[in-house]
Amino acid sequence: MPQVTMQVNGRSVSGEVEARTLLVQFLREHLELTGTHVGCDTTQCGCCTVHVDGVGIKSCTMLALACEGANITTIEGLAKGDVLHPMQSAFSEHHGLQCGFCTPGMIMSAIDMVNRKGHALDETTVRKELEGNICRCTGYHNIVKAVQAGAAAMKGA
Amino acid sequence: MYDFSYHRPTSLQDAVSLLAKQPDAKPMSGGMSLLPSMKLRLSKWTDVVDLAAIPDLSGIREEAGHIIIGARTRHVEVATSALLHAKLPALAELAEGIGDPLVRNRGTIGGSIANADPAADYPSSVVALDATIITTRREIAADAFFTGLFETALAHDELITAVRYKIPKRAAYMKFRHPASRYAIVGAFVAQMEGAVRVAITGAGPHVFRIAAYEDALTKTFSSAALDGVTPKLPSLNTDLHASADYRAHAVVEMVRRAVKAAAARKSI
Ligand SMILES: Cc1cc2nc3c(=O)[nH]c(=O)nc-3n(C[C@H](O)[C@H](O)[C@H](O)COP(=O)(O)OP(=O)(O)OC[C@H]3O[C@@H](n4cnc5c(N)ncnc54)[C@H](O)[C@@H]3O)c2cc1C
Ligand code: FES
Ligand code: FES
Repeated sequence: MPQVTMQVNGRSVSGEVEARTLLVQFLREHLELTGTHVGCDTTQCGCCTVHVDGVGIKSCTMLALACEGANITTIEGLAKGDVLHPMQSAFSEHHGLQCGFCTPGMIMSAIDMVNRKGHALDETTVRKELEGNICRCTGYHNIVKAVQAGAAAMKGA
Repeated sequence: MYDFSYHRPTSLQDAVSLLAKQPDAKPMSGGMSLLPSMKLRLSKWTDVVDLAAIPDLSGIREEAGHIIIGARTRHVEVATSALLHAKLPALAELAEGIGDPLVRNRGTIGGSIANADPAADYPSSVVALDATIITTRREIAADAFFTGLFETALAHDELITAVRYKIPKRAAYMKFRHPASRYAIVGAFVAQMEGAVRVAITGAGPHVFRIAAYEDALTKTFSSAALDGVTPKLPSLNTDLHASADYRAHAVVEMVRRAVKAAAARKSI
């Protein structure tokens, strides 16, 4: 079987995978990093969002082998020890979740949004930029607030 | 998804020869259409040839009055290109409306054009702007490129390397998008070119098509009023779970009208 090596959350990892193994399967099943979720498996819900070389992508629609040599960040890689990433803290403070299933993807997507759009995000921008992430519980209201607050907090961090 | 052999060639020549060797080999660019179709087992390939490691396939530049966009240029790069916002804002806006930000971070212009999805956005820009598809073998004119539902003039072992767009005086793209998938139920790209106006419609038929009656009327007078009383001759339109053919016919008229208004409001280049 083909071999793949990549950096995941700053750690070099290797594994044998089938060519059809998706990045999300490699993360969850080989590395047991189960914070990255699979909601739809059809590239729509964004629960599986991770960063590949600093860019937000849907890991259910990327081959593990295509990540050879790449730098991956998952939700597990955001906190520094016990200190949450400002976007994680903002979701907690603003109650930007109910069941929490979509949350890892929302947070990874929100950080990608800040990287592309900056720290001052109005509500319309946040709602439009979250089009790739679906939440079945919250009605989005508090997610939007959390993303705005997290984006601002990331400026100081 | 059925298993396959994965290849990551580092030159176009190697990619083409891998494809030529295997009748069921398929190139992959952003994978945003190919992988979903393989996962649903709508398609099955023995070999996937990833184009990601081939140098010089992405980037946007102006050359001799044209805009040239590399096949691997991602939707996000087109949407945010300062050059396009200055010279061809309609194309940047089209790219900004594709799917969602995470899809735009991976999906590429070459993949979208090669895929020739009847509801995809880019094909309308290719035809309306009278673009040229540059491949590993030849140059293909826009009007000869899209040949049917998911069908193009490309050979099995032929790769798109770039798209060369003419710069219009003014242009605009308007889409009536499906609220969940954001694909075009109907999209209209209207471009006022040197000497003539071109109108290309996506989403409505099996592949992108032009509307001669509208083009003639708009070439005479470039305003939405010029469309009044003109009855377009439309090809047979799609009926599916999203919209009937009649509904699409109505949406075509309305989207063209909106695109003309938006283009006419622009400063002429
Ligand atoms: C959730 C979602 C929403 C979407 N919404 C929209 C939308 O609103 N509008 C829209 O237009 N599209 C939409 N798309 C499709 C998206 O734009 C894809 O990125 C695009 O259709 C394919 O580009 P790709 O680079 O991902 O190509 P791939 O998926 O890698 O390839 C697509 C096809 O093109 C072939 N191919 C790729 N590159 C080349 C090349 N250089 N030469 C020859 N053949 C090649 C492949 O073999 C394959 O057949 C959506 C996709 C998803 C998942
Ligand atoms: S699981 Fe990847 S987008 Fe839904
Ligand atoms: S919190 Fe339950 S899906 Fe978003």
